[in-house]
Amino acid sequence: MSTIATDEHAPTLKFESVERHRVLATILALAVFPLLMPFHALATNILLFGLFAAGYNLTFGYTGKLSFGHAAFYGTGAYACGILISQYGVHWSLAIAAGVTLGGLTAFVMGLLAIRTRGIYFAMVTLALAQCVYFIGFHATSLTGGDNGLRGVNVPAISIGPISIDLLQPFTRYYFMLTFVAFAVWLLSRILNSPFGAVLEAIRENEQRARASGFNIERAKLLSFVLSGLFCGLAGALTAINLSTVGIDIISYHTSGQVMMVTLLGGMGTFFGPFVGAGTFLAMEHVVTAFTERWQLIVGLMFMGLVLFFPKGIWGTILEWVKK
Amino acid sequence: MNHVSILETHGITKRFGGFTANSDISVSFPRGKLTAIIGPNGAGKSTFFNMVSGSFAPSGGEIIFDGENVTGLAQHRFAHLGIAKSFQVTNLFPSLTVLENVRVAVQAIESGFNLWTPRATRTDWTEKAEALLKRVGLSGKRRLRTDRLSHGEQRSLEMAVALASDPKLLLLDEPTAGMSPEETRSMMDLILELVQERTVALVEHKMKLVMGVSDQIIVLHQGMLLAQGSPDDIRGNDEVKRVYLGKGAH
Ligand SMILES: Nc1ncnc2c1ncn2[C@@H]1O[C@H](COP(=O)(O)OP(=O)(O)O)[C@@H](O)[C@H]1O
Ligand SMILES: [Mg+2]
Repeated sequence: MSTIATDEHAPTLKFESVERHRVLATILALAVFPLLMPFHALATNILLFGLFAAGYNLTFGYTGKLSFGHAAFYGTGAYACGILISQYGVHWSLAIAAGVTLGGLTAFVMGLLAIRTRGIYFAMVTLALAQCVYFIGFHATSLTGGDNGLRGVNVPAISIGPISIDLLQPFTRYYFMLTFVAFAVWLLSRILNSPFGAVLEAIRENEQRARASGFNIERAKLLSFVLSGLFCGLAGALTAINLSTVGIDIISYHTSGQVMMVTLLGGMGTFFGPFVGAGTFLAMEHVVTAFTERWQLIVGLMFMGLVLFFPKGIWGTILEWVKK
Repeated sequence: MNHVSILETHGITKRFGGFTANSDISVSFPRGKLTAIIGPNGAGKSTFFNMVSGSFAPSGGEIIFDGENVTGLAQHRFAHLGIAKSFQVTNLFPSLTVLENVRVAVQAIESGFNLWTPRATRTDWTEKAEALLKRVGLSGKRRLRTDRLSHGEQRSLEMAVALASDPKLLLLDEPTAGMSPEETRSMMDLILELVQERTVALVEHKMKLVMGVSDQIIVLHQGMLLAQGSPDDIRGNDEVKRVYLGKGAH
């Protein structure tokens, strides 16, 4: 099957070598991307939303659980990083680490409450819990700026030893972000290739069978949810630095819905799909908004068409063709 | 510990809403023997297996496995204790390969959560899985996707998956259902071979098949225990004859 991390005994496939080197291939593609893409600020948005979707994909695509609450991890990651930088002058590296941690912690708490529910109930519980986080963010105005958003998340330049990197330059900012994304992509692949990755596949394929085989399913799902939260927290933290602001909308259910659409569009359960989905979605939004106010309608219709005719998503469909 | 019975149930009951699928069933499974559970459709045989394999918590009563009370333990613990079940309705990982199905079941017993080591490096799991596939006669199909297997092959794979935990007690819920006569014969041969190594209990519809080979027969009827005894006892049991054998047994 196209979407499964294959072990050495999987059927022989022509595309196997690319898949085996999926980390390298993904990083290369992302490294070349801004050279082909004239709008570097948009390229960075795509890169980071792609990371968010890749984190989401761990829950949605690889573990097979539809969550409507991932904006909470993305959002708390962004706020933790943003608040520490703008209000406490914390070093950007520590602020990012804090964003990752809070994303994971939020996922842990939400996971404890949600993990035993299934199907649509899981989606609803995660949505409700994420709305609680939104509510807190909205009312904690002294920290988050509430409805006005958080401003002044400024990291104009970073210095590593004698080298100073100008982050106001969109092109260099992209590659600064890419170093984190590359690391995350490597880590994600490592997890998917591990025995734990096999547990997630088993849960997605047949939860009852996996449990009967002796896996502690609740614990595996919780761990997968927390890992997902860590990746989404990282994406959020980097987004805060990228935009220099954090708006409350980052925790709204729009964001949760959008990451689900992006992942579906790119191909759920595929490694590179989330980045393809983010690129398609954000580029479409960018182009369509230039022509009409009703971009959401247009994007929505295009999205419906794609999902109806290409249920495996763009990347999933491409993989299927290539493997035939 | 070495109790004569590997498994004992003390008055276990299972209710679904107002309906009692198993009522006050007390039976024991002698170690190293083959026990067959028979009874008409809907008698509660699968429900009984689901309770003793941990899928359903009993509504009442106790389950003693190897001298230990296992009533109400989390389901995943049962595989680790040494109870494995093959399902009546084939229950596999359809889009994984045949080998991956068994391999992941081996992994479930041998490893906690490992997020780091590439799974391909665990060749020991692969070897174990391959040995099990050989045993059930599926070596040649190991790279196929599971949903490409025939029904009979999927039943054999169920067996390999159940054996992956090297269980002390193997529960087989209608292992030969829907199999061809040849497949049925080789499955029964395999089962008899397995009884040499471990305790086996099976639910079976084809009476003839089990009467000749079982050490013990348990008869369920309408959720209740009708009889427990040797095949000869069961053949001579009037009540069994009346409700089950009488009505044109195969
Ligand atoms: N999960 C369940 N929920 C409700 N009723 C059930 C469930 N499982 C089994 N039953 C009922 O319990 C009775 C016994 O079923 P089962 O144990 O599958 O019988 P058998 O395996 O002997 O054919 C049936 O009437 C069945 O409908
Ligand atoms: Mg049954």
